Amino acid sequence: MFAYLIRRLWQMVPTLLGVVLLVFFLFKAFGGDPAEILGGLNATSQQIEQIREQLGLNRPVWEQLGIFLKQIVSFDWGRSWATQEAVSSLFASRLPATLTVMVPILILDALLAIPFALAVAAVRGSLTDRAIMVVTTVALSISFLVYVIVGQWLFAFQLGWFPVQGWTASFWTNLTTYAPLPILLAVMVGVSPQTRLYRSFFLDEIGQDYVRTARAKGLTERAILLKHVLRNALIPILTNIGVQLPGIFVGSFLIEVFFSIPGIGREVLLAVNRSDYPVIQAVTIYLAMITMLVNLLTDLLYKLVDPRVVLK
Amino acid sequence: MTTPTQSPATALASVASARSQGVWRAAWARYRRDRVGMTCLAIVALYLGLILAVAAGWVAADWQAEKGLSYAPPHFVGAAAKAAGPSAAASTAQAPMVDLSDVDPLAPRYAEWAARAAQLQTTEAPRQATLPFGADRLGRDVLDKAIQGSQVSIQVGVLGALFATLIGTVLGAFSGFFGGKVGDALEWLYNVFTSIPSILLIFAFAAVTGRGVGSVVLILGLTGWTGIYRLVRAEFMKHAVREYVRSAEAIGASVWSRMFRHILPNASHVVLVQLSIHVVSFIKYEVILSYLGLGVSVDQVSWGTMLAEAQSELILGHWWQLVAATGFMAVFVTAFSLMTDALRDALDPKLRGLE
Repeated sequence: MFAYLIRRLWQMVPTLLGVVLLVFFLFKAFGGDPAEILGGLNATSQQIEQIREQLGLNRPVWEQLGIFLKQIVSFDWGRSWATQEAVSSLFASRLPATLTVMVPILILDALLAIPFALAVAAVRGSLTDRAIMVVTTVALSISFLVYVIVGQWLFAFQLGWFPVQGWTASFWTNLTTYAPLPILLAVMVGVSPQTRLYRSFFLDEIGQDYVRTARAKGLTERAILLKHVLRNALIPILTNIGVQLPGIFVGSFLIEVFFSIPGIGREVLLAVNRSDYPVIQAVTIYLAMITMLVNLLTDLLYKLVDPRVVLK
Repeated sequence: MTTPTQSPATALASVASARSQGVWRAAWARYRRDRVGMTCLAIVALYLGLILAVAAGWVAADWQAEKGLSYAPPHFVGAAAKAAGPSAAASTAQAPMVDLSDVDPLAPRYAEWAARAAQLQTTEAPRQATLPFGADRLGRDVLDKAIQGSQVSIQVGVLGALFATLIGTVLGAFSGFFGGKVGDALEWLYNVFTSIPSILLIFAFAAVTGRGVGSVVLILGLTGWTGIYRLVRAEFMKHAVREYVRSAEAIGASVWSRMFRHILPNASHVVLVQLSIHVVSFIKYEVILSYLGLGVSVDQVSWGTMLAEAQSELILGHWWQLVAATGFMAVFVTAFSLMTDALRDALDPKLRGLE
């Protein structure tokens, strides 16, 4: 187990190095000249030269890559070009808002989609099943954006059940007042593809031999579904949740922008629009790290759910 | 289509019927029996026809013309009531008029300008009170916009998916066929790209490229190839050791020919299905990117830019642009998804009914 962990962590090093190289050369090769972006439209050539000197842009590429690596390891990215806020404090101040919205979405999605999918799988092939599949296909074809626009208009503007948008410093007010509408809309949209996916997982399991054996020994359909099928289908379901897990740190860009929630997603988008490279680079690299760690965690969870899994 | 070494059963069958059906023809025969699939194919073909007509300039070429009043409603709703107009004018008329001509520095030239203005002929284009499906803020025909937007959105989706499929297939083919060092290197690349959350990767690329159809296609292609790569790689690994490929090698087929003339056709059903799955998902990405201001440029219209405008219109009660963009998109995406399902069933009968 310990050896497994060490090896997995060791294997992350080349991948992480790749991410660093990708980000570095992406911005180096295709991005605009940082000095000109920083200097603004009115900068004199002398000022631009000064900024170049300051950022080390006149040094060879390898030295610049060294500076970049040092920034990553020391967690010191300097300040945002646009707002002068320290990049390191950006995560600390934006992550809570993102998590306030994303964690409930992830939990509710799973809690709703699993029973729905099991119920649909139980009546597979029936008219209800087919009707639900058709409805979810059509529902999925409409952009998430439309649901958010119409949902905000209907629930907040017309019916007045929720505030249209807003955010405060208090976690509790945010969770009970401002977060429910974004959460509701995201869950409404997210449940339908999850239900489809989990249904196919359940159907895979229902076709297995052990289910036939269970039926042959006279178990009720209910016991088969809840005890045998559900437990076995948990493995792919867990994988799917594990795939989504890193997403909660990025947040839903669309929801954060639409409802003006001051989270990571909105910050990244602002940074993209302002060509604020340090922010984009820092977020990309640290989120890649988080993603890798979460993937490792998911693999460890398999062992917990399914004792047959051998970690090697 | 290359035929793998025939088992005795198929050999017998081919003796019975002089020439066995090709895989594509058999798939087409299966597809034709799928009524939903055929309907969806017709709808998709209709859209493609529409796009060609737009590209040729036959339809919706003048979508930027301001044909109607601002926010003119659709025909079936009827012209907007002008209740607010006169009362607002009356209230401004009541304000006392003060003669400023003695202090106004421009006053001496007013007469001259009026004379010059009279020389120029201006024709007030007649603006309609209602349009077939309403107008936007500038009075542009929403139906024309939706048709023009379909062209842009579908173009982005299809070209992006083609680009992603090309990258994924070529890299997957090399990785799966050669394995070893080449495979390791490509796996590393795959790990790098998948370890960054996809939307973040798209944004990082969007930060350095400009706006416009070309950039969106480039971004989606460069970030979206990983899923296809993985599947194609698995297919190539499976096929590279099969007997028909070894036989091809034995008779002196080159590496290139084995990869792309022998194996690729046998993996092409995977590629085709992935291509159409990606068209749908890229169209959805385009909508979100355009809404966030990272998509097509401002002088173009797509479903995403229409929806971005619709957000503020809806509050004012002008719902037609939202409905038009959503309707056009929903019909196409539903038809395309169902077509993909039917295609997958037709190409790979083993998968039938799994989802």
